[in-house]
Amino acid sequence: MKKVLNITIAIAILALMAWGYASAAHHSEHSSSKELDPKEIIFSHLGDAYGWEVPFSHTARIPLPIIVIGEDGLNVFMSSKIANGEAYNGYKIATEGDYKDKVVQVVGGQEIRPWDFSITKNAAGIMIAALIVIMLAMSVRNWYKNNGMKAPRGGTALLELVVEFVYTDTIRPIMGKDAPKYGPYLLTAFFFILTMNLLGLIVIFPGGANLTGNLAVTMVMALCTFAITNFTGTKHYWKEILWPDVPMALKCPVPMMPLIEFLGIFTKPLALMVRLFANMLGGHMVVIVLILLTFIFTNMYGAGVGAATSVVSVSLALFMLLLDTLISFIQAYVFTLLSTIFISMAHVHEEEAELKENN
Amino acid sequence: MELFKPEFGLVFWMFVAFMCLYLILAKYAWPFIIKSMDERADLIDKGVAYAQQAKSQLDNAKAEADKIIAEARADQADKLREAEAMKAQLIENARSEAIVEAKKVTDAAQVSIEQMRKESEKQLKQEVCEMALVIAEKVIRTKMANDAAQKELVDKLLREVETNN
Repeated sequence: MKKVLNITIAIAILALMAWGYASAAHHSEHSSSKELDPKEIIFSHLGDAYGWEVPFSHTARIPLPIIVIGEDGLNVFMSSKIANGEAYNGYKIATEGDYKDKVVQVVGGQEIRPWDFSITKNAAGIMIAALIVIMLAMSVRNWYKNNGMKAPRGGTALLELVVEFVYTDTIRPIMGKDAPKYGPYLLTAFFFILTMNLLGLIVIFPGGANLTGNLAVTMVMALCTFAITNFTGTKHYWKEILWPDVPMALKCPVPMMPLIEFLGIFTKPLALMVRLFANMLGGHMVVIVLILLTFIFTNMYGAGVGAATSVVSVSLALFMLLLDTLISFIQAYVFTLLSTIFISMAHVHEEEAELKENN
Repeated sequence: MELFKPEFGLVFWMFVAFMCLYLILAKYAWPFIIKSMDERADLIDKGVAYAQQAKSQLDNAKAEADKIIAEARADQADKLREAEAMKAQLIENARSEAIVEAKKVTDAAQVSIEQMRKESEKQLKQEVCEMALVIAEKVIRTKMANDAAQKELVDKLLREVETNN
């Protein structure tokens, strides 16, 4: 019985793929004048946009607010006003040049980039992710509020397991008595990154925005860790950077070790930023490329080869997405773990340091 | 390349969103969740410790009960033996006391019998004397005229006394 079910599902998926493929081929026949540009497709999928794609449509977009401060002051309007190359109040989306695909203001024939605070697709995605995290955390909190000491069930239990894993098993052993102070930041960072990672893997709204594969997002996260590390660091932390416990020849007259340690202040958050960005971007890129293979092969060798490729590329893309789900968790955890370690390393106290040396 | 240039607007919104998220969660969610989880963990630990303690107490209780029973048995045997000894002792005491008492009583009885006998002897003698006097008196009154008669009477009386004794 189960076998029959499995086979039915497999056939249904194959039929859907064939239908999708047929309609895609039909579509490309009609717009055959436009050459397939894989690079353009990949980067438009990975990049930001004004408006959110609607599934199965190449033109329809969910309009999002555009907030710009240009020469003429603050302007707020919906992105649908400037879709398809239209201009509104002198603003339009540049089609080429330095500001390609960005909102520009046309002043005297020149395109200038205004201060752009638009709720772009990524900004909206960030807000959706934040709302989801708030909802999840509040659901756990409300469970405890309403049920007291009873063990949670279902999704709440899963969330609690993750909180337990991150806080009790990771942050607390590393931080010790500082854990309650920095735990909320680290937990927030973990759940926010995890939610953004997973949302990025969902293809349709409210997912589909490549959030953590965007340098701006990971930069803010890394900057927060950087700020906490250095603004709350103890005297001993700075002493270890500026006058580390190494042979005198290494720090005077040429301050080699202090220089290296000083650079370390910046390389650590930089590594945090780039690691998360590259991992998520890479995952998304591989999936898109695998799917694009179908279209590339269709263009090159015709429909038959393309159809055969689609089976392979969809299976591989599915595998990659599963892997990305794992990576989403791992990268969120790694970010949290490293932030924890960096912050706790900045809280070395004199007596603790001596204790370590004595041991 | 757009991907590698952080967009200012996005940085701004990311910062705002993350700060709001952090402030809300740090105030309302995490401390409460962590506190509740710790409390529950404590409760469970305590429960387990309590159960273990109760179990060990229960195990001990059986041993203790056995010990108490054994002690009680030993005690009982001791008490019985003591009681037995006491009983024997009491009986012995009572018997010896009774013997002493009985001896006292018989002694006293003998003494009193002896006394009574002596008394009665004395009384008898007195009575005989009195009787003799009375008789003598009578004889003297009635038969004093006639000497022969007097003599005969005296003889007769003497004979009587002799036969009586």
